[in-house]
Amino acid sequence: MKTLLPRLSQNRAAVWLGVVLIAIVLVALPFVIGQMGNAWVRALAFACLYVMLALGLNIVVGFAGLLDLGYIAFYAVGAYMYALLASPHLTSTFPWIAQMFPEGLHSSIWLVIPLGAGIAAIFGLLLGAPVLKLRGDYLAIVTLGFGEIVRIFLNNLNAPVNITNGPQGITLIEPIRMLGVNLGRAQEIFGLRLPSVYLYYYLFLALTIIAIIICVRLQDSRLGRAWMAIREDEIAAKAMGINVRNVKLLAFALGATFGGVSGAMFAAFQGFVSPESFILNESIIVLAMVVLGGLGHIPGVVLGAVLLAIFPEILRHTVVPVQNALFGQVIIDAEILRMMLYGMALVLIMLYRPKGLWPAPEHGVNPASRVGVAAAGRA
Amino acid sequence: METFLQQIINGLVLGSMYALIALGYTMVYGIMNLINFAHGDVLTVGALTALSTILLLQALFPGMPGWAVIGCGLLAAITVCVTLSLIIERVAYRPLRNAPRLAPLISAIGVSIVIQTVAMLVWGRNYMTFPQLIPNTPIDVAGVTVTATKLLVIALSALVMVGLMLLVNRTKLGRAMRATAENPRVAGLMGVNPNFVIAATFAIGAALAGLAGVMLAATYSVAHFYMGFLPGLKAFTAAVLGGIGNIPGAMLGGLLLGLIEALGAGYIGQLTGGVLGSHYQDVFAFAILIIVLVFRPSGLLGERVADRA
Repeated sequence: MKTLLPRLSQNRAAVWLGVVLIAIVLVALPFVIGQMGNAWVRALAFACLYVMLALGLNIVVGFAGLLDLGYIAFYAVGAYMYALLASPHLTSTFPWIAQMFPEGLHSSIWLVIPLGAGIAAIFGLLLGAPVLKLRGDYLAIVTLGFGEIVRIFLNNLNAPVNITNGPQGITLIEPIRMLGVNLGRAQEIFGLRLPSVYLYYYLFLALTIIAIIICVRLQDSRLGRAWMAIREDEIAAKAMGINVRNVKLLAFALGATFGGVSGAMFAAFQGFVSPESFILNESIIVLAMVVLGGLGHIPGVVLGAVLLAIFPEILRHTVVPVQNALFGQVIIDAEILRMMLYGMALVLIMLYRPKGLWPAPEHGVNPASRVGVAAAGRA
Repeated sequence: METFLQQIINGLVLGSMYALIALGYTMVYGIMNLINFAHGDVLTVGALTALSTILLLQALFPGMPGWAVIGCGLLAAITVCVTLSLIIERVAYRPLRNAPRLAPLISAIGVSIVIQTVAMLVWGRNYMTFPQLIPNTPIDVAGVTVTATKLLVIALSALVMVGLMLLVNRTKLGRAMRATAENPRVAGLMGVNPNFVIAATFAIGAALAGLAGVMLAATYSVAHFYMGFLPGLKAFTAAVLGGIGNIPGAMLGGLLLGLIEALGAGYIGQLTGGVLGSHYQDVFAFAILIIVLVFRPSGLLGERVADRA
């Protein structure tokens, strides 16, 4: 919490009061926003997933200064892992798996989360190992290629053995069941009816908070300082005795775990996955969140992710009616407009506010003080 | 053997287009150390402009000969590409010239997305047929059938590349470009105007991209808002393969990549016993990119540039 609220850290009571207030707001939020329809709560749940993604990417790009344009691949890996482990796809394709699990494949969330994190971390290492020596823009292109390779494989692994079901994707993915509660159905607690999206929102919120805490702890740890040292000056970091290879690999692996967990949650939430969800644009959207919020600054990244995740929902509710009123027809699709505005945001942020909307404090005492693109890109 | 020769021709066609696009990347990278992410999208705009011009001309002057129509289309494409590229350079890259490394790259990604969406708005999301303007009678060369379009692509690319080599090595502008690439500040002291040279580099790259875009659309008879992205990426791979910043390297890299892709797509089915099919074609470029960067980051013809990357 210290790094989150540096000025308040002297006054413990104030900190706890703030935490309690924020907690109440976050818990009450779906009931307030839900008045406008469940679509908004859904957007909130997605915002949580995007915060996790952005935090993971922030480890790689913001802390370690390694520009990764294929980050969505880890999200895809997590999503497909859950999809395969909790849908009838594998049992219906492979008789021997059906024999092993006569009741069908059902996976507990307590298995899925560590597994998603672990598999994504392995993919992170796979990506990290060959690109250790590359810096800056070369790295960006290679990671982009990696993301595309993963997507192409997902798209084509339906022959000769049908693993991913190709472009159609995997359907009939089971909702999450935890502690005897099926998150796919509305639940009654104390006479209060909680629709499925609310339940998912709370689960994702909990995971997001855990992710934020992990990130804050990582940032202040020896490893976090090593990442920042590498970002500032790799040669100097090496001279200070930092094992650059291992530290970079850890950045890729740990960054990937967030993507993996988030992806698994995405699959459970959506109920179906297809390669369409993991195109390059998604990687760029996550990058836009990190850059917009403030590279390397956790509160900024969270802000950026929430803003950009809620934004399409706002657009959807404004663009179409406004255009209908003005021109009598829809000229610009909300989705196209969204991408266009994201693109412009990337350019404008770089031109006028290269450290993001909520940059790290310039003269702080914490090691994150000199964070930002200004430092991230110095090579 | 006939499949082999056929794939070689296909590879050369593909490779010449990659080479043209790769030249744009490599020249800009050589001078500014910037991956011009929007290069592929400039190509898209070129191809689509050519398509619109051609359709317009066909509607206005139905009797106009095919080569004249496509010539006008090409001219329009190159004009629009050069203008667009100069605007991008002025707005999104020039202010960031002394900024840290990642800033112009992220800005370039943004520009790329903006162009894509604008192209989507102007020309729609659908695939459009690019009209066949050059008579498409197959010509028989040593047992291999080649269309006139393909021959023209190879010949024209070769011609343009020779022209570019002459421009870079024999003219005053070329010397200024090489000097700026070497050291912009010293070049400035020697009376070179770096802003002009950089703009000229972007313009030349964009003109080549426009040409490649029209070729791409004409060869495959299709154009759409996303068509430049993947070739752009692969051309970048080609530039890296040849040694980025190195002009003959980009040509060699482009041709090699085209050949590898065509042969790979033609033979991967046989080699893997049908496990992997030709739809894995796109994986080759990226796999090559990773392999080259791991084992020879400076590319085939590049000199060692350890700290550039």
